[in-house]
Amino acid sequence: MPQLDFSTFPPQLIWLAIVFFGLYLVLSRLALPQISGVLEQRRDRIAADLDEAARLKEESEKALAGYEAALAEAKAKAHAIAQETRDKLNAETDRQRAEVEAKLAKKTADAEARIAEARDAAMAQIKEVAGDTTGAIVTQLIGGRTTKAKITKAVNEAMKG
Amino acid sequence: MASEEGTPEAGTEAPGTGAQAPETGTHAVDAGAHDGGGLAVDPMHQFEVHALIPIKLGGLDASFTNASLWMVIAAGLVALLLLTGSKKLVPGRLQSVGEMAYEFISNLMRDVVGEKGRPFFPFIFTLFMFILACNMLGMVPYSFTVTSHIIVTFAMAMAVFIGVTVLGFVQHGIGYLKLFVPSGIPMVMLPLLVVIEVISYLTRPVSLSVRLFANMMAGHTMLKVFAGFVVGLGVLGGWMPLAFMVAFTGLEILVAFLQAYVFAVLTCIYLNDALNMHH
Repeated sequence: MPQLDFSTFPPQLIWLAIVFFGLYLVLSRLALPQISGVLEQRRDRIAADLDEAARLKEESEKALAGYEAALAEAKAKAHAIAQETRDKLNAETDRQRAEVEAKLAKKTADAEARIAEARDAAMAQIKEVAGDTTGAIVTQLIGGRTTKAKITKAVNEAMKG
Repeated sequence: MASEEGTPEAGTEAPGTGAQAPETGTHAVDAGAHDGGGLAVDPMHQFEVHALIPIKLGGLDASFTNASLWMVIAAGLVALLLLTGSKKLVPGRLQSVGEMAYEFISNLMRDVVGEKGRPFFPFIFTLFMFILACNMLGMVPYSFTVTSHIIVTFAMAMAVFIGVTVLGFVQHGIGYLKLFVPSGIPMVMLPLLVVIEVISYLTRPVSLSVRLFANMMAGHTMLKVFAGFVVGLGVLGGWMPLAFMVAFTGLEILVAFLQAYVFAVLTCIYLNDALNMHH
């Protein structure tokens, strides 16, 4: 087995020591600091980017909240304006209707009063005509032996009945 | 590894490593015998270490071997991947791979060790990436698997073991020995359990290194043996071992990753013992 050839041990050990130590120096002094520097830089950069992203997100959320608040306010205002307008129009309508109704009621009352007056007048005239007619008929029948007062009284009694 | 069927040449053995001579001889014989039988494969040949540039440091053999070459390639690839990748905020492909590896080990350490383990992250990361690169490069045909050598894995395991032990004593002083005394155990059982704990602690480097080494060596040997069958059985019968090899290569890649991960996890667990004693 070549591995147990002791004469090869010294050169292997010497060169192993040289090569390993050399590699150790190169890696520990040059390569590893570079790599760890790059890794750290990348980690920092990613962390910073994440922070920035979080900040921007927060900002945009704030903006969204502000927009929503403004929107809600505008809606409320619009609603209020609409309500006010509706109320005003309703009030106006009610007022006009009441006016018209009052006018109509007055006209109706006037008309009724006139009708009642006309009827009373007509009724009064009917009594007179009836008295006159009755007087004429009685005069014709019995020949002028009765008085006007008597006739009127008799007519009134007859109409009452 | 799949196709070194050509001729395992004994002549390419490490020049300047005299002790290897007898080994080399047996390989030459082995290779010759296999050549005759049509299975010209020595599954262990791929693990041989031979010097590319002989170097002597005061009597010590410090030759630049093929193992050294692949260590350098592995380390170079790791450094290349982690250094040259662009460092942009939005990562490209290569950069993503490097960052994934970084976060993978980083998460592992955070889960197992906690914040106190932060200073040791570069070490664990280097360990993981180096072993992973060596294991993965070992899957390339004709390459050499650095981690298939017990001495390499043992050296890394010992470094971890010694480092963790020293760290434990530095952090807790002599109190670190309480690690060997499990709490809530009857006095009668205590001596036995302490012995078991000490043994299990001392065998950590062995189990850590043998696990990686054995996995790498067994897998590559197996691949080589089956590759030999493909050639040996020819066009008619070679399909079956070939299909097996394809599946097994996938499994080996998984093992290559898994063993690097296991090595890193266990190191983290040992580190955790030293930093935050739970016993």
